[in-house]
Amino acid sequence: MSLQGLETAQQRDRARTIFEKSKPGRRAFVGPALDLEPRPLDDLIPAHLRRAQPARLPEIAEPEIVRHYNRLSKRNFDLDTGFYPLGSCTMKHNPKLHERVAGLPGNARLHPLQAPAQAQGALELMFNLQEALGEIAGLAHVSLQPSAGSHGELAGVLLTRAYHEDRGEHRTKILTPDTAHGTNPATVTMAGYEVVKVATNSDGGVDIDDLRSKADEQVACLMLTNPSTLGLFEVNIAEIAEIVHGVGGTLYYDGANLNAIVGISRPGDMGFDIVHYNLHKTFTQPHGGGGPGSGPIAVCDALEPYLPRPQIVARESAGGGGTIFDLDYDRPKSIGRLRGFQGNYGVFVRAYAYICSLGAAGLLEMSQTAVLNANYLLALLKREGVAEYLPVAHDQLCMHEFVLCGTPMKRDLGIRTLDLAKRLLDHGVHPPTVYFPLLVDEAVLIEPTETETKETLDDFAAIVADVLREAGEDPSVALNAPYTTPVRRLDEAGAAKRPVIRQAM
Amino acid sequence: MLAVIGVDCVEDLFADIPDALRLSRELNLPAGMAEQDVYAKLRELAERNVSCESELSFLGGGMYDHYVPSLIDSILSRSEFLTPYTPYQPEISQGGLQVMFEYQTAISELTGLPVSNASLYDGPSAVGAAAYLAKLANGRPRLVVSAGLHPHAREVLKTLSAGFATEVVEVGLRDGVTDPDELAAAVDEQTSAVFLAQPNFLGAVEDLESLVAIAKPSGALLVCSCDPLTLGLLKPPGELGFDIAVGEGQTLGNRLDFGGPSFGFFAASQEHLRRMPGRIVGETTDVDGRRGFVLTLQTREQHIRREKATSNICTAQALNALAGVIYLSWLGRRGIVELCELMVQRTAYARDRLTALEGVTALHSQPVVREFAVVLDVPVEPVIERCVAAGVNPGYPLGGDYPEYPNGLLVAITEQRSRADIDRLVDVLGAAVAQQAAIGATAVGAGV
Amino acid sequence: MADASYPDDLLYHHEHDWARIDGDVATCGITWFAQEALGEIVFYEPPQVGTTIVQDQPYAEVESVKAVSDVIAPLSGEIIESNTALADSPEAINDDPYGAGWLIKVRLSDQSERDSLLDAAAYSATLE
Repeated sequence: MSLQGLETAQQRDRARTIFEKSKPGRRAFVGPALDLEPRPLDDLIPAHLRRAQPARLPEIAEPEIVRHYNRLSKRNFDLDTGFYPLGSCTMKHNPKLHERVAGLPGNARLHPLQAPAQAQGALELMFNLQEALGEIAGLAHVSLQPSAGSHGELAGVLLTRAYHEDRGEHRTKILTPDTAHGTNPATVTMAGYEVVKVATNSDGGVDIDDLRSKADEQVACLMLTNPSTLGLFEVNIAEIAEIVHGVGGTLYYDGANLNAIVGISRPGDMGFDIVHYNLHKTFTQPHGGGGPGSGPIAVCDALEPYLPRPQIVARESAGGGGTIFDLDYDRPKSIGRLRGFQGNYGVFVRAYAYICSLGAAGLLEMSQTAVLNANYLLALLKREGVAEYLPVAHDQLCMHEFVLCGTPMKRDLGIRTLDLAKRLLDHGVHPPTVYFPLLVDEAVLIEPTETETKETLDDFAAIVADVLREAGEDPSVALNAPYTTPVRRLDEAGAAKRPVIRQAM
Repeated sequence: MLAVIGVDCVEDLFADIPDALRLSRELNLPAGMAEQDVYAKLRELAERNVSCESELSFLGGGMYDHYVPSLIDSILSRSEFLTPYTPYQPEISQGGLQVMFEYQTAISELTGLPVSNASLYDGPSAVGAAAYLAKLANGRPRLVVSAGLHPHAREVLKTLSAGFATEVVEVGLRDGVTDPDELAAAVDEQTSAVFLAQPNFLGAVEDLESLVAIAKPSGALLVCSCDPLTLGLLKPPGELGFDIAVGEGQTLGNRLDFGGPSFGFFAASQEHLRRMPGRIVGETTDVDGRRGFVLTLQTREQHIRREKATSNICTAQALNALAGVIYLSWLGRRGIVELCELMVQRTAYARDRLTALEGVTALHSQPVVREFAVVLDVPVEPVIERCVAAGVNPGYPLGGDYPEYPNGLLVAITEQRSRADIDRLVDVLGAAVAQQAAIGATAVGAGV
Repeated sequence: MADASYPDDLLYHHEHDWARIDGDVATCGITWFAQEALGEIVFYEPPQVGTTIVQDQPYAEVESVKAVSDVIAPLSGEIIESNTALADSPEAINDDPYGAGWLIKVRLSDQSERDSLLDAAAYSATLE
């Protein structure tokens, strides 16, 4: 490969940390002048309570800080630059309006302990968001507090526990399908339950017979995502709900895949008792390179008393002066708090702006387009030149995402899913999610979202075909990819064997 | 597109959804709006909030109105930091990964502990995560918690302990700091972890060295919930014998945002490396020998270890942690000390002047950095209302969280509050207390 | 070790573990197939000497970069020696799974359990 041995400009720019750029005496910060007669520090904070040496933070001037982080930013791929079909992550456009409204001083500089009377705009926004999310899920009672999907899961499982124990029942098991996101079983353990896996049938749905055999009076809950992580709608959901409810368990909806069905079908109407939303997926909070997110939950009437506190409530003012919004702490059966204050309010502002922008019709169109784009891309990838190496795992209509299986590619072309992903990097697109779901060998999970144009999808399909054709001629190209990125394949085993996790001083 | 798929209309794509499960109507939500109309609507809502921009605020209690320098807004608004996902493809995520590595380094420096993760949701949830680590490390059945911890953190511990079956025992305060005798009585071989705060919720700097000496022999893990900014001045938990340091990162360059998003930090001693929750970035090299960074020790995490994971956490708070590391670089080695010392001086001034007022006394006599507590002779809520009407928010009333101080008031002095601001607080609060006392006297007089 | 190999002098457990029995002591490890499936092993914590292990139950874990796997006891007994060198050089499990990559030595508590193990040919057949 001719590119080997050459370096791009970015590759020549070797990584140096901000600590390595530090020079004694340099600085950016100029503090406010001291406007009073200082007292001896020892009188105020005794020496034995203080640091002996200052923390070794960088000494660096503002222009160099700005250059450092701007240069680092150029070593990132991002959604505003290119296609990001990362399955299960819903990488949709982040409207720029959202940053503007979240940054208004009335939001950005609002103190979380401000009295409700002085935070009516924020509380009304949160109340309205709760109402909208409740309507979208078909479950009336919403808590915005959890900070991510996995945090919402923990809230949901803990309130399932509170619900059962309140009725004097001490159940021990929670069912999760073998296709579940890893957060599901991890959450179950943290909440003190045993994980029991339910098998998947040949159509990619829950194996009903297996579910029946495992559903008993010890089962507290079944956690499910619908559409599933295979991108398929669970057609037997009504029967599944009947089985779980029949043994007294609750049905939990992992909302990671909600983007497929907004305005089309509602988890509450399918029989789910609890849902979590990923505001950073369906409702387009920018992912920030790994957070922040937000994972509100909604529940049915029976579970409402156990929601985290405080709850945002609307009351008619005593004097007839209209609606007053408040924080309700008086919830004796609540599981309590999962975090500080009222949750990730900045994320709520963006999600609310999104819902206001799209409205009912726009949200429906959003899901329809997401599913249309996924099916179109799937159809392109089912064509000759791709399908024989990357067959679809379940050959049927998909929802907002779909799974290809790289086993024939590995066998016939000698490249693995990982190599395909790495070669895609050289083509300027982000690879799909790889090796998930675990159930599919050499899995490639593709979610294009409603953001993308037909041309982008056409281009991506052509790139995949190109990489496969190239592998047919010379697999070493993909096996050694990428070539053009700021760094090439990294020694992850070395990093794990001898962890270096901070800059040596 | 439909022809390529082989269907006639978009509705056909949803054929798998049974009719009974279809929503047969439009969602009951308002119609969509133009961008400018959405902006106007959200601006109108935001204007109904009284922020630190529109009143003179002395609110603290876990989040503080520190100045956020402009370069943070500028860097965070770059799409390359704002819009990528978690760096699962390291070759095209070196920027974000290196930021996390720098962040881990900075947190290790501040806390004096060698291992830091790449951030958690917030301070109280990081306290909860420390409890789970302790449970994995020693399996003991009881958590001992100082009442000086943030009330939200203490409540998170109770919420989570319902899941992992630990008991939570609270240790009270004496003159504003953790009561050493009560701590000694509460800690034993059944204690999984001991939680202390620095500074504590009442603003007091605790003498942690003596508390550690009491708790350490039990073999329980010692967890310090601390403010990272004031660690620029105070002794780091790692030097004091703590196993874990956690806390709320908002004070490092993150805006208030009505409570979030900010970040929680989590640092620990070396022996807990493989029990850490959340993401950790490590240094390595690429095939050509260039330095690079990757997510490492991932076998701890939920996407691999599933039900045996050290935590269920997936999303971290990467963008907020980036703000934190930029802020620390901006402050720098000397700036962080100067900022803390400025706050110490102004806070001492405010405390002296307020407690010199008729009807206002210090709640405790402990050293303070940025925040202190007073007790009023009169009901605190109407006093706050009077101050707010005069454009001054005097602080956070303590009675809800500490019923033993029904008229307690927690006052925070960041570097954004000048001497003139403090003087105004003194005038306004003094007048409000006097007016309230006069009403009280009249009422009592009338009663007699 | 580049190529698959299943020595004839060992007995095999279907969960990809091997045992070399010498009197009432068995040396145990994971098979070539297991280390190949895991990829480069980056972490292994040797179990404590004196621990009692039970046939078919996990007694340790091996970790690669993106996978973690239980190690199953092929036979029951008490651990009398643990290969502590692997803590620093876990790659020996990849390089020499039947030699330097051995994991534990066990004093067997039930000699009859060996009857449930497979010989090399039978084990190899399970991999096809």
